[in-house]
Amino acid sequence: MSEATPRAMHDLGGVSKFMCEAVDAEPHALNDFDRTVDAIRGILGGKKVMGVDELRRNIEAIPEADYLRLSYYQRWIRAITAHLLRQGVITEAELIAAMEDA
Amino acid sequence: MLASGTPVRVKLDWPETRGPCHIRTPHYLRGHQGVVVRHLGDFPNPEALAFRRPEQILPLYHVRFPMAGLWPDQHGNNTVLVELYESWLEAA
Amino acid sequence: MNILEAPSEKLLAGIRKLLAEKNIATEAEIAERIRITDEASPARGAAMVARAWTDPDYKALMLRDGTLAAEAMGVPMRGLPPLGVLENTAELHNLVVCTLCSCYPRAVLGYPPFWFKSAAYRARAVRDPRAMLVEFGTTIPDDMKLEVVDSTADYRWMVLPRRPAGTEGWSAEQLAALVHEGDMIGITVPRVK
Repeated sequence: MSEATPRAMHDLGGVSKFMCEAVDAEPHALNDFDRTVDAIRGILGGKKVMGVDELRRNIEAIPEADYLRLSYYQRWIRAITAHLLRQGVITEAELIAAMEDA
Repeated sequence: MLASGTPVRVKLDWPETRGPCHIRTPHYLRGHQGVVVRHLGDFPNPEALAFRRPEQILPLYHVRFPMAGLWPDQHGNNTVLVELYESWLEAA
Repeated sequence: MNILEAPSEKLLAGIRKLLAEKNIATEAEIAERIRITDEASPARGAAMVARAWTDPDYKALMLRDGTLAAEAMGVPMRGLPPLGVLENTAELHNLVVCTLCSCYPRAVLGYPPFWFKSAAYRARAVRDPRAMLVEFGTTIPDDMKLEVVDSTADYRWMVLPRRPAGTEGWSAEQLAALVHEGDMIGITVPRVK
């Protein structure tokens, strides 16, 4: 049935390979990285630099192997970075330099 | 505007196969029949917002589907209630 | 190499530095944003539920317009997605999921929990919800309807759970203490210990 559909990898409703997987109900408290990424997205949203749909679209563009390997907020920082580069808010050269300095 | 109780079908369409897109209609509903529960308001189309395209304002509906019609392995009286934009709905 | 494949911590450090330099997101703004976000917690939703259990007019408002009901309890909702409230009854149990991402009623429940964002939860909720709920310790009787609400679009949804028996005459504070995060998503139900 739906297994034959050309679904996108993030479109997870009813996907067979997860049906026998127990839900991990442990709390997994957020860390500073998580909170900071969350806050940056909120600020970019408030300033109309990046809307929530632009965040999602860029998360959805992450290759599946990376999507499944990365944590929730690791996906976000990758999506935020992709968006800021594409929109020209930052350049790749600036980012490389900033990453070396930081 | 679709009235409560109107039977509708989710379009059997796969924009995913035609290049980059952002879709808010889950794969498991495509081609399935449901019933409009209520109109939730009108909202800018996220499929356009995601790509900074000129946005259309679309009616958004809560649509109910029996889970038994969606999957082969169902037991129990289960339904799914989903927000769907009018652009994804056609007459059933 | 593709710069997007750089380690996440390095990406964040670089982005943070650039956004501060460009005055798009300063360190002070980030700190303030974290402070505001951390203020939202399930206690807000629990207070709404407890009031709905004791105040029929408030309950009617909550089911009609969750945003107004949240604002009536002092929760800032401006600029946020509309909040919808789903009522559990003797005949119907509601369960909220977001199969496409992680839409969650953050204004009234805080950050989404890990399980809500997990692939297993997102996959199973719309196909095998009763067995999944048993794993959370929640058995839905066979004769009770189960509605799974997939948050796909512009609303955020919370569940108004049923008031447990044995709580007659309790104060709103006592009642609110019974209500936990999962009860307002539908994976669990409030219980009197």
